[in-house]
Amino acid sequence: MAQPQMRKPVEHFLDNKKFLHPKLAVNYGNWKYHDRPRPGVLHHVSNSGDEVWSVRAGTQRQMDVYTIRKLCDIADQFAEGRVRFTIRSNIEYIVSDEKKVAPLIAELEKNGFPVGGTGNSVSMVAHTQGWLHCDIPGTDASGVVKSMMDALYDDFKNEEMPNRVRLSTSCCEINCGGQADIAVIIQHTKPPKINHDLVANVCERPAVVARCPVAAIRPALVNGKPTLEIDEKKCVCCGACYPPCPPMQINDPEHSKLAIWVGGKNSNARSKPTFHKMVAAGLPNNAPRWPEVNEIVKKILMTYKADARPWERMADWIERIGWPRFFEKTGLPFTKYMIDDWRGSRYNLNASAHVRF
Amino acid sequence: MAKQPHATPMLDELETGPWPSFVTGLKRLAKDKDYVVDLLGHLEHSYKTRKGYWKGGTVGVFGYGGGVIPRFTEIKDEKTGEPVFKDAAEFHTIRIMPPAGWHYDTDTLRKFCDIWEKYGSGLIALHGQTGDIMMQGCTTENVQKAWDEINEMGFDMGGAGPAVRTGMSCVGAARCEQSCYDEAKAHQMIINRFLDDIHRPALPYKFKFKFSGCGNDCMNAIQRSDMAIIGTWRDNMRTDEALAKKWFAKHGLNELINDVINMCPTRAIQLKDSKDVRKDAHVSAVALNDSQSLEIDNKDCVRCMHCINVMTGALGPGKDKGATILVGGHSHLKIGATMGTVVVPFFDLKKDEDYENLVELAGTMVDFFAENALEHERIGETIERIGLVNFLEGIGLDVDPNMINNPRMNPYVRTDGWDEEVAKYNAKKAAA
Repeated sequence: MAQPQMRKPVEHFLDNKKFLHPKLAVNYGNWKYHDRPRPGVLHHVSNSGDEVWSVRAGTQRQMDVYTIRKLCDIADQFAEGRVRFTIRSNIEYIVSDEKKVAPLIAELEKNGFPVGGTGNSVSMVAHTQGWLHCDIPGTDASGVVKSMMDALYDDFKNEEMPNRVRLSTSCCEINCGGQADIAVIIQHTKPPKINHDLVANVCERPAVVARCPVAAIRPALVNGKPTLEIDEKKCVCCGACYPPCPPMQINDPEHSKLAIWVGGKNSNARSKPTFHKMVAAGLPNNAPRWPEVNEIVKKILMTYKADARPWERMADWIERIGWPRFFEKTGLPFTKYMIDDWRGSRYNLNASAHVRF
Repeated sequence: MAKQPHATPMLDELETGPWPSFVTGLKRLAKDKDYVVDLLGHLEHSYKTRKGYWKGGTVGVFGYGGGVIPRFTEIKDEKTGEPVFKDAAEFHTIRIMPPAGWHYDTDTLRKFCDIWEKYGSGLIALHGQTGDIMMQGCTTENVQKAWDEINEMGFDMGGAGPAVRTGMSCVGAARCEQSCYDEAKAHQMIINRFLDDIHRPALPYKFKFKFSGCGNDCMNAIQRSDMAIIGTWRDNMRTDEALAKKWFAKHGLNELINDVINMCPTRAIQLKDSKDVRKDAHVSAVALNDSQSLEIDNKDCVRCMHCINVMTGALGPGKDKGATILVGGHSHLKIGATMGTVVVPFFDLKKDEDYENLVELAGTMVDFFAENALEHERIGETIERIGLVNFLEGIGLDVDPNMINNPRMNPYVRTDGWDEEVAKYNAKKAAA
């Protein structure tokens, strides 16, 4: 039977030039400096003398078409029909007339889009997919982000932190949300539960064995069926076997907990980039608003806000005050689970007489 | 009008509070779409039971091997095996590569909305952590139809699976004075070179390119990409006396000392009486008032961007611009998260042919990865397994002390090729 004629795709990554705001196109590569006249607004000055004001607003990232059309209406009215998005799903409107800034802000706020996220603010959480769309999520993303940003709304709209604060959430230990000043990440606490009836049909067993970072998985025969088994003493409950082998269910309503990590920094400013470190775990996956998580995030943030010096990121601040004082000031318990035992772990131990009292 | 909504008491709680609510957005869509009515029911079920219920599968479009993320419901009636939320039994996502720097005109966004309202759920994420536009929620039947219309607009599909992935680049030259190269140009040239590797996954695992115009690394490239192109400069930092004086008048001596001078990681900045400023070729100096100046020793500077961030415009990147290239950043799976490693301390990015050279280097890198990485191994893990020197030899790059924190600390190494290596080093130095 003849197949219906299928359309062959046009393979091409398009040029972004036609999407640029006209003033950005004209001054491309010719900017001189910028400042921030108020939270949520960047003011850039070109060597040509041109000036633009960028107004930044928070969005829910997972946007319905009505929200996007509303954002477009605002762009058509104020920003020559152009917008751009930041890496943290904030929208930016570029205006070439300072007089438009205040009315644009008013219009955004009227429609529920908070203006902020610039400079020393808490920007929008780096957002993953979660229960809405992911195939391996331990928790939701949109709901966690929404409840966190509700709690940090004023910190988004103002620039009152010592330096910028970047947050992320991740619905499994793969950590799609990435490194952050404060990261909230699922931490499983029990090995996967294996459905031995399904493994042979669903999973490519050698690939699953190879996926385990601690070699805890081995082939086995259960009830006459070829399957996989786990050395539960070795298992670190990372969940890496679950994506290639869904019958090895790692997610558990009770035992999939949330952990909080701090001090990740992607920028090279001052110190080299750093990874975040675990400072709390065992928090319940408490939908729909995750109050236990929010309470600790807020506590860490407020301690940082009160104690860090200007321009110190979370990692810089902790570097200065030391981990003992971090735990003391935040009131978080320090437990044996925070002592690294992964490869190279001794580099994370104190090999000196530098001790804080 | 869509069918009767499911009760969603838990999701309803996410409609309170000041931040924009995705639940409110979904409910707007659910007024007209049974699809979204059932999606809300599906999500509420996850909230109640604290588990996810989407499984993958195989859905694609004609001509491509990846780029659609298939999702089929696992919430089935125990007796019949039928989906409980039957109108949302399929909820696939199409990854679309956005314009470099995520710039849009509203016509384009409105067209996306129209297409997605027609064929999909009406839910669009701007953007996913991969950097893609995520057109979320589509039936198997409609994927091809939606894709054809999106592709007709001039947009192409993003990467998924063991493939070169969608790139990300910062706002860069379009609006940032700290930009050290044309990020969008590099991004576009590299992605267009690898379209086949993006659309037809055939690599050991994913390979990501990210482009940041300076060391602030707004794209998180060092941590999150296999090949990070980070803007930098080789000559002296530029200064602007008028802006430096303006900054100093506003912020004063305490902030200058505490926030600028003391925070320089290599102590490259000193406060001097203007008459005492050194005249060396590698010194940048700028007056702060009638008698005092900042003196920056550019040989000590590591281009971290801190002082430039604090005194925007007063201090700035130099003119001899290019990029530092790092390879091998990735997240935990499987050896633990690693940052990228410097493999090219300075890559010139001024002329067109420099950009062509960058594309060529990227090609060498991906070829090496395709041939030498084990299955499901990222390039950073390959480097860890074989050692940086073997990797450099494999792709034809010379060693450089900028690649290390410090020389080796243990003696367990064969050094019987020492004299030849010294000869190579001296020859290279003489040729420079």
